Amino acid sequence: MSLYRAETRRLFKRRFTKLFLLGAVVVLAAVAVSTFLTNESVGPEQIAAAKAEAQAQFERDTQQVEKDRASCEAAKGTAQANQWPPDCAQLTAPRLENYDYEWYMPPTFIFRESFPDMATTLAALLALAAFIIGASFVGAEWNSGGMMNLLLWRPQRLRVLGTKLLTLLLTFTAITVVLSALWTGAFYLLAEARGSTDSMTPGAWQSIGLMELRGLALVLVAGAVGFGLASLGRHTAMALGVTVGALIVFQFGLGAVLQLAKVQFVDAFLIPAWLIAWMDKEITLEDYNSCDFSSVNGCQPETLTLTWTMAGSLLAGLFVVVVGAAMWTMRSRDIT
Amino acid sequence: MTAVLEIVGLRKTYRSRKGTRKALDGFDMTVDAGQVHGFLGPNGSGKTTTLRTLLGLIKPNGGRMAIFGKEVPRHLAETAGLVGAIVESPQFFGNFSAQDTLSLLADAGNVRRQRVTEVLELVGLRDRGKERVKTYSLGMKQRLAVASALLKEPKLLILDEPANGLDPGGIREMRSLMRNLAASGMTVVLSSHILGEIQLICDEVTIIAAGRRVASGSVASVLATAGGGKVRVRLEPGVDTRGAVELLRANGAQVTVEPDHFTVGNAGNPAQITRILAERQIYVSELSPVSADLESVFLELTGTAPVEGQNRQVDQTAAVGGWGQ
Ligand SMILES: Nc1ncnc2c1ncn2[C@@H]1O[C@H](COP(=O)(O)OP(=O)(O)O)[C@@H](O)[C@H]1O
Ligand SMILES: [Mg+2]
Repeated sequence: MSLYRAETRRLFKRRFTKLFLLGAVVVLAAVAVSTFLTNESVGPEQIAAAKAEAQAQFERDTQQVEKDRASCEAAKGTAQANQWPPDCAQLTAPRLENYDYEWYMPPTFIFRESFPDMATTLAALLALAAFIIGASFVGAEWNSGGMMNLLLWRPQRLRVLGTKLLTLLLTFTAITVVLSALWTGAFYLLAEARGSTDSMTPGAWQSIGLMELRGLALVLVAGAVGFGLASLGRHTAMALGVTVGALIVFQFGLGAVLQLAKVQFVDAFLIPAWLIAWMDKEITLEDYNSCDFSSVNGCQPETLTLTWTMAGSLLAGLFVVVVGAAMWTMRSRDIT
Repeated sequence: MTAVLEIVGLRKTYRSRKGTRKALDGFDMTVDAGQVHGFLGPNGSGKTTTLRTLLGLIKPNGGRMAIFGKEVPRHLAETAGLVGAIVESPQFFGNFSAQDTLSLLADAGNVRRQRVTEVLELVGLRDRGKERVKTYSLGMKQRLAVASALLKEPKLLILDEPANGLDPGGIREMRSLMRNLAASGMTVVLSSHILGEIQLICDEVTIIAAGRRVASGSVASVLATAGGGKVRVRLEPGVDTRGAVELLRANGAQVTVEPDHFTVGNAGNPAQITRILAERQIYVSELSPVSADLESVFLELTGTAPVEGQNRQVDQTAAVGGWGQ
């Protein structure tokens, strides 16, 4: 308990922690403010305007086609004829049902549709902060010799490292819960002012709550992995280096190689697909080079669906491997 | 007397990609309660390795260690509260102040915060305690390290080269601090290569060379046994001194020639000298033991005395052994 208290104090005494959390909050505020500014609420007035705009566009396009048809007829037999199709009837007039007024509506923030992306944004940003703060929290301790000092006081190695990790995870749980609540509240208000909160049924709220929970899990795994890697390498830069290396190798190198090799569903080997699968519950990848023929639908691309359970197992596996390795080396390594 | 610290047959081999290095090779050490105990050895002889192993930072390959009669590292958690230690050059997180560093340690070890102020005062950092450690000089960091070791009011204080980086005033203060601590019942183990220091404040010493104990006991007894080997020899006037020296050297003696006499450095048994010389009808007029200081004893025991025309490398020790014993 005393160790946990000391570690919490240490975490918040560090300027690095304060700076990064402040940075995250500033970025979040910027996202919220710009969303507020670029959206507006829509009522009958805006709908009428959008409908008028759609109608006007339709009329402009109809006139243009008629003019073109006339030019086409006139050009027949002259040198300009090759600029037009041989049969001028191919220039068909636009149809009104193709001019949906919704395309002419100003951007508006529909909470139910738009908030999930915002929840993902929050989770991704906090995950990044957790990773870096987690790495630096233990990396700087190793690097500065503080870890050795602490072990002279508390010679239980696993307990010391475990308490540090626990401190980090509990702290980020609290931060994520508080920020998620604020974030949800802020966008709910924003939707009331610059959009709508219609159709927020209990079911819709539940799915948003579950999504935020998955976001929390993402934040915690990111923090633990940053912590574990930095502890393994006994340096903050180790975690960052490994991650940048992994990103380059997987995201760019492996992606390119697989693409060249024409491997099916390349995206399934890359990180973003899994992140989306985790946050949005599933992602469907399509292979446009394939043809799954059916007499009804014609040629359909083959699909692969990644579900949140698959992504969750991957996250859990990553957590277990990295934290397990960090604990294992902590138990047996010589501290010099 | 009860042994506060007991090490028997400690072995440690470092393994790395570049190969293995035997740092400790059956090292023994005993420290009794209430002593200031000097732990002497040349660079790379295994002092820090010994202390690290004792404190559970590295795993030994063999041997037995006990602190206050409790086997370590198995009972380290129980003894940790009684042992204050600094190992090697002190290292702290540079962006925290001394005050923060110590109060975090105090929290982690359930020590009352008031103690932080006390130890800062004790090591002379009271007025600088709020500054970041990054801005400290080496000596100030060393003082902070001692403060952190004293924080939990230990019964056994282990300091690895605490005089490193201290100014003469600081060394003297450290010396009187240690005397006071020992007087208050604390046992202090002090690793150092500054021999004058050890001679001044230590009750007993252990000397280590190449991972093995080469001498131990009270300073006086170590001086007597080791220094007893050095004798001054004066011959009758007019005798061929050079011939006598060559004769002794041929028999393996380490002879240093002075203007009117010579000294034999490794004479375990001075009678040998008279016997060898007398066989050639050379008679000595004076044969007296030279009282050695700790430094020459150290150099002799650890085999690290400089040899003219050679650059001694670390880990290089001359074959140690008496002559004529
Ligand atoms: N981490 C390490 N890896 C490999 N060899 C080491 C390590 N630490 C110390 N050594 C070696 O062990 C020997 C003893 O070192 P050390 O105990 O630090 O000596 P001292 O403190 O007496 O100067 C030296 O030869 C040193 O090079
Ligand atoms: Mg050393």
